[in-house]
Amino acid sequence: MSAASKPKPPMQTRPVLALFILFAGLILLVLGLTLSISVGTADIHLLTVWEALFHFQSDVTQHQIIQELRLPRALCGALVGAGFAVAGAIMQGMTRNPLADPGLLGVNAGSGFVLALCFALWPSLPFPYVILFSFLGAGLGAGLVYGIGSLAKGGLTPVRLALAGAAVSALLVALSEGVAIYYQVGQELAYWYAGGVAGATWLHIRIMFPWIVAGLVAALMLSRSITVFSLGEEMAAGLGQRTGRVKLAGAVIVLILAGAAVSTVGMIGFIGLVIPHVARFLVGVDYRWIIPCSAVLGSVLMVFADIGARMINPPYETPVGALIALLGVPFFLCLARRERRELG
Amino acid sequence: MKAMAGSVENRRKIRAAKVMAVLGVLMFASFFISMNTGFIKLSPWDVMKTLAGAGTEKQELVLFDFRLPRIVLSVLVGAGLAVSGAILQGVSRNALADPGLLGISAGAGLAVILVISFYPMTEGAPVYLLPLCAFAGASLTAALIYSLAFRKGQGVAPTRLILVGIAVSAGISAAMIVLTIKLNPEKFQFVSVWLAGSIWGANWHFVLALLPWLIILLPYVMVKARVMDILRLGEPLAIGLGTSTERERIRLLAAAVGLAGASVSVGGGIGFVGLIAPHLARRLVGPHHQYLIPASALTGGLLLIVADTLARWILQPSEIPVGIVVAVIGAPYFIYLLMKT
Repeated sequence: MSAASKPKPPMQTRPVLALFILFAGLILLVLGLTLSISVGTADIHLLTVWEALFHFQSDVTQHQIIQELRLPRALCGALVGAGFAVAGAIMQGMTRNPLADPGLLGVNAGSGFVLALCFALWPSLPFPYVILFSFLGAGLGAGLVYGIGSLAKGGLTPVRLALAGAAVSALLVALSEGVAIYYQVGQELAYWYAGGVAGATWLHIRIMFPWIVAGLVAALMLSRSITVFSLGEEMAAGLGQRTGRVKLAGAVIVLILAGAAVSTVGMIGFIGLVIPHVARFLVGVDYRWIIPCSAVLGSVLMVFADIGARMINPPYETPVGALIALLGVPFFLCLARRERRELG
Repeated sequence: MKAMAGSVENRRKIRAAKVMAVLGVLMFASFFISMNTGFIKLSPWDVMKTLAGAGTEKQELVLFDFRLPRIVLSVLVGAGLAVSGAILQGVSRNALADPGLLGISAGAGLAVILVISFYPMTEGAPVYLLPLCAFAGASLTAALIYSLAFRKGQGVAPTRLILVGIAVSAGISAAMIVLTIKLNPEKFQFVSVWLAGSIWGANWHFVLALLPWLIILLPYVMVKARVMDILRLGEPLAIGLGTSTERERIRLLAAAVGLAGASVSVGGGIGFVGLIAPHLARRLVGPHHQYLIPASALTGGLLLIVADTLARWILQPSEIPVGIVVAVIGAPYFIYLLMKT
């Protein structure tokens, strides 16, 4: 009953603005991709970039750089950004937890841990299987965090869940570092912990692409139910949702999106936290708009962060995960401060 | 009535003395085991002989230049972090407080990295400067976290404080990564070993840099043990008993930050010791700070010697940073506490 007495946030959607954001975001994304493939250590003229894309000649080094290094890298950034952002949006919507993010709730760390084991025990495992293990690990991490959070006295509060996520992540990261040192695979794993798209190849994209796209499409199909869920679980059940089934579907989509993204670029946090909040702020409470806008904005953020990572300290690369964390932490602090409902 | 109170006090004293004696013996034992453990085998007999000055040159080198400073340092760092944690837990009345979780260690770390990156690495010189800078960094971070977690009318809620601490340390770690990329390879090596929470680079300089901080701050904290007991009763009661709570709290927090900063500046990012050690000590000797503080110091030292010995022993011949061992032990304990509180 206390809910009724509180002033409710305005429940509105702005479809026109949402359409505009989708449109502008896509243009920005194309611009970002273009910029991303033209900026780098090797100075390549825009005209050459154009030729490399549309009149590829395999004997020109610059064309090779564009096709084999920069293009997969830029595309990978876009895919991964969309994956993390939508995973975060679903988590926030389904659990009504404003602090939900695959990085904060142990999904990324679980995936990283299982990948460390993979690299240690089956160093020659082909990437398509690696990605499956990554899903498994994402499930492990999320399961641990939710299990602990709900076993705690006083139940599953956002703050408690975030703390459980931090502890589980600390444990899993420590274990993966131990595994990495024991099996001497630290070098292979190092880039996962820093997080980066520098190592992306066409192989990664070919395998990751169907998973991410399938995840995004499924998320869109589920978006109506997520909107209903964001009103509360009893409300959703009352409105005729099959809560069990929707929850399961949501969880699977989150694990696929986050798992696929982590298997390629490592543990990048905070995209899944920041972007859905921005999207919700801009387009309102309807997840049919939040999810596509999150996908586009996530891609834009990731692509531009990667450009920034290359430009800050050339010719060295700054880990893009660290850059995004620098953006995300103040944001997180604001949210934790604003979160009045639950002091934990 | 008075006699009864006296006997309770006596029994408590005797119990504390017993516990500390046992902890002391355990620490002595692990000291010896730790001296025997490592890539180069030294039998207990060899250790005795070398300590007495009758060992071979190689044995002396291994013992005096590598193993001994490392063991001494792990005891000191463990004690410093544990006492810091005990103060934080007592003063903030927060069972989950720990210098690592609260981001104080991260702030100290950032200061250390700044010093290393702007200071020419000449032998010995910056080592003594490090604890001071770490203290400055840790104080700034502590102030930042406290003000972010503070809310008018509600004060500082325990879980919120931890959450803010975790977020701030994530941000600081990201800043550290960005900074370390710009270092030259030699410094980078130093920093990355240090960040992982390792005392394997230990030498006597580090011990000498840390020791004065402990010698000054530990007795100070012991003198304030009574005040901490009173603060633990809660604000109204403490004021009623004539304590100037705000001033005492700030002094004690400064001591805690100093201990944590100095320990981190030589020991690196070792988390969870400050969380576990005071909890174990409280179970052993009860909540009276007069006994709790020394017992925490002993437990913390013991914990870190054992963790460091394990770190050397588990994956022989390679070593793992002691921070990893402590995290594997400490994170489940934190989760357990989180579920209980």
